Amino acid sequence: MLQGWVIASVSFAYLGMLFAIAYFGDKRADAGRSVIANPTIYALSLAVYCTTWTFYGSVGRAASTGIGFLPTYLGPTLMAGLWWFVMLKMIRISKANRITSIADFVSSRYGKSQVLGGLVTVIAVVGVIPYISLQLKAVSNSFTILLYYPQIVMPAKAGAQPLLQDTTLYIAMILAAFTILFGTRHLDATERHEGMVAAIAFESVVKLLSFLAVGIFVTFGIYNGFGDIFNRAELMPQMRALMTVEDTGASYGNWLAMTFLAMLSIMFLPRQFQITVVENVNDRHLARAIWLFPLYLFLINIFVLPIALGGMLHFPNGDVDADTFVLTLPMVERHEALALFVFIGGLSAATGMVIVETIALSTMVCNELVMPVLLRWKALRLHEKKDISGLLLSIRRSAIALILLLGYIYFRAAGEAYALVSIGLISFAAVAQFAPAIFGGIYWKGGTREGAIIGLAAGFAVWIYTLLLPSFAKSGWLSLDFIQSGPFGVALLRPQQLFGLGGLDEISHSLFWSMLVNIGCYLIISLRRRPDVVETGQGTLFVDAFRRADSSGGSRFWRGSAQVEDLLPLIGRFLGPERAREAFLAHARQRGLASIDELQANADLVHFAETLLAGAIGGASARVMVASVVKEEPLGPDEVMNILDEASQVRAYSRQLEQKSRELEEATADLRAANEQMKEFDRMKDDFISTVTHELRTPLASIRALSEILLDDPEIKVDDRQQFAAIIVKESERLTRLINQVLDMAKIESGNAEWHTAEVDLHEVIEESLAATASLFADRRIRLDRRLAQAVPQVRVDRDRLIQVMLNLLSNAVKFCEEDRGCVTVRLSSGIDTVRVDVEDNGPGIAEADQRTIFEKFRQVGDTLTAKPQGTGLGLPISRQIIEHFGGRLWVESEPGRGASFSFILPLSGEGINPEERTEQ
Amino acid sequence: MSKRILIVDDEPNIVISLEFLMKREGFEVTVAADGEAALRLVEENRPDLVLLDIMLPKKNGFEVCQAIRANPDWQSVRVIMLTAKGRDTEVAKGTALGADVYMTKPFSTKDLIAQVRQLLGQS
Repeated sequence: MLQGWVIASVSFAYLGMLFAIAYFGDKRADAGRSVIANPTIYALSLAVYCTTWTFYGSVGRAASTGIGFLPTYLGPTLMAGLWWFVMLKMIRISKANRITSIADFVSSRYGKSQVLGGLVTVIAVVGVIPYISLQLKAVSNSFTILLYYPQIVMPAKAGAQPLLQDTTLYIAMILAAFTILFGTRHLDATERHEGMVAAIAFESVVKLLSFLAVGIFVTFGIYNGFGDIFNRAELMPQMRALMTVEDTGASYGNWLAMTFLAMLSIMFLPRQFQITVVENVNDRHLARAIWLFPLYLFLINIFVLPIALGGMLHFPNGDVDADTFVLTLPMVERHEALALFVFIGGLSAATGMVIVETIALSTMVCNELVMPVLLRWKALRLHEKKDISGLLLSIRRSAIALILLLGYIYFRAAGEAYALVSIGLISFAAVAQFAPAIFGGIYWKGGTREGAIIGLAAGFAVWIYTLLLPSFAKSGWLSLDFIQSGPFGVALLRPQQLFGLGGLDEISHSLFWSMLVNIGCYLIISLRRRPDVVETGQGTLFVDAFRRADSSGGSRFWRGSAQVEDLLPLIGRFLGPERAREAFLAHARQRGLASIDELQANADLVHFAETLLAGAIGGASARVMVASVVKEEPLGPDEVMNILDEASQVRAYSRQLEQKSRELEEATADLRAANEQMKEFDRMKDDFISTVTHELRTPLASIRALSEILLDDPEIKVDDRQQFAAIIVKESERLTRLINQVLDMAKIESGNAEWHTAEVDLHEVIEESLAATASLFADRRIRLDRRLAQAVPQVRVDRDRLIQVMLNLLSNAVKFCEEDRGCVTVRLSSGIDTVRVDVEDNGPGIAEADQRTIFEKFRQVGDTLTAKPQGTGLGLPISRQIIEHFGGRLWVESEPGRGASFSFILPLSGEGINPEERTEQ
Repeated sequence: MSKRILIVDDEPNIVISLEFLMKREGFEVTVAADGEAALRLVEENRPDLVLLDIMLPKKNGFEVCQAIRANPDWQSVRVIMLTAKGRDTEVAKGTALGADVYMTKPFSTKDLIAQVRQLLGQS
């Protein structure tokens, strides 16, 4: 009979020992003689991966799914092979950027986004809290089972116990206190906890030894070795099936999915990131972890199947939960010391996980959720306080207590329900959501903040929908209909056969959809825009982490002090004193220095020494050797920011240059276009001048010829003399008119025309114009038809200009009418906001093709068909310019043979474009 | 027998002055106001010389000149292009099409008469 107090005191003694180790570790760290600066301890501490879920759960899983428990360990083993590329990079990046958690890592990568940090924290907390519950439950159950020793009694349903009698509550409280003691004794700027790591490494040893002990006991104590157990199991059909993989595609798919999931978990579970990256003292330790950690996993798994099979052979009725075989087998064989050791092993597994996970989560909650809020909360005046480390500690401690409390609440609520059993994998699937943002972040510079945020959020949402909600449903918190027929009975949305995707287990199914959505959103959203300066800076820092460290550029990120007296002998030990001296002298001379003594022991020299040494003993060893004599000082955040600022300034500058050269190209293109236009103008001017001179030469020719005739022959007949003189006068008038119109046109076009705008009555204008052209009508006996609406509103125009337009239209109309039979109709009407004037003739009309050209300068229609029209060819262009000046429109409608109708509309006062503005153009 | 001159121009006042000038010099004068009429009169009257404007209704002066030169029967007809189009290209075009003389308006009456006489072998 094991008394409760015996178990309790052994447990406390064990915890006390852990604390002593941690205390010792911290003291040594303070003294600068780290106990954990040891690759074996580092590798052992990574085994925090193995929780009670491994310790008790592996056997349980093996009993139900055979080797189905293996992917959880195959994944990390495979991943360890990639660590030298992936994990080393993450460690380098984290050290260079003083990363404190996985949330910090993601948020730093995407421009120190608080939203992103907060999102990662929320995902981590929601995903991992059930996992913490699982640890509490395991400790509580194992304690209860052990209490009944030597009887085998399965613990009652957790929820059935009154709150104050629930061991789990006390376990949670003890663990909280313990975690607070471990994790927040003092605030370390690097968020490193050397003592804790030492204790975790010790716990890894304890749980491994404990599991091996029970494994050896079952295999060789109860049975006669592996062969014996497997042979016996072979005889039982239901057990034989456990030893093979079901030979179906889905089964292999599920295996692959599980392995993949575990590969991601070993990287991204907050506690793994904490131990592997944040707590890492030296990235060379990874080299040993790469083989030692998989070895650890192999050892802790080697007895899983024997224990599972042994347990099933021993308790064939199935009344003993396979999860407890590790504990119940020694108990039923009455080995109480071994049972107690197993219990301590389980306790190790639980406490290790809870402590590291809770510290990691509390750091994230404090740094990514609480502090950003508090610092923004101006009323608190936090930014004015010099020392807020006390506040930080309080927040962390509260966070730890809260996280464990939440873990306990979940445990109470979920109880024995389905939710706890699969929770390990569900947690894995949650943290797997970090993968796209992190892998993308360290290998691709194109990722953007929005891409990461939306990808994470979408993946997380799918995870909630396809895993968390169904687990709630199976726990009875939601209707099972939700899973079986989908929300609102929509079968397509069934959370575990989303869009009809069946044939996968729930984890693989969720992993497929959440990763699809997560990666898809991350890529698509990221590609929508180029990363901004901060993102590019961080992206370069992350993606090129290795290049920076290995190239000479890396020395920029190094600051420290070194003595030439230290470096020279060090190099001398490997290269020989003379060669080392020669090399240093050459290095000094290159820099224009006379002797080695003048060399500055700066980053440049350290880099030189390291490169020199690398030639002899390899780069990795060289770095270690040089580091041993060099006192490195980590870069402060300000300095990192400065370096980044510089980089972004260079980028900004080069972008400005690009911008300038683009502007220059644009300007050149503009100039070229302007030049083309000038040429066009030139050509037009040339045409214009040629046309104008032609128009001028014709009347001049008559004038000159007739003048010469009159001059040559004073005795010319009086009739002829009269006729010639009259022609000379007429042609002179024609010349004058032409010159005036050309000037008029030029003035209007250049905007220099004078406009005398006033309210004008169109009736008056029309009557006056008709009076002026009355003789034209009379000469050619053309009929006039007036159709003028009464009471037409006034318009604001230049009266004389408008008369000029009317005269032009009327004289054109008369000109193109047939004598005697001609008829010109003048109409005046008003619309809603315009007045309209039409001048219609019944002449030959204007062909469609000519209807546009008549408004061009010097283009007279009829040049080729009828007798040459009289006029300058400027009347219509000028008229159109005038009407348009007052915001109106002048156009022609005509069908050949049916006359032509020239019309214009003018806006009523206040409508159209302000004439003054037009004049000033 | 006096030489016959065909005046082709659509500007009535120019026709008046040219007609007066040519008649005063003792030539027999016919007048056409467009290109088609001009060619018809060349056919009917076989003038010795044509005073030819370019900007004409129906057929322009270049076309008329070309038509005259294309007809072997009309090789003896002299052509003076008399036009307000004074650009070099137009002078070159007129000469290339076979005009004997190209004069720009406004013209000197003396020069014109001298050119006409020279072309008709009367100088």
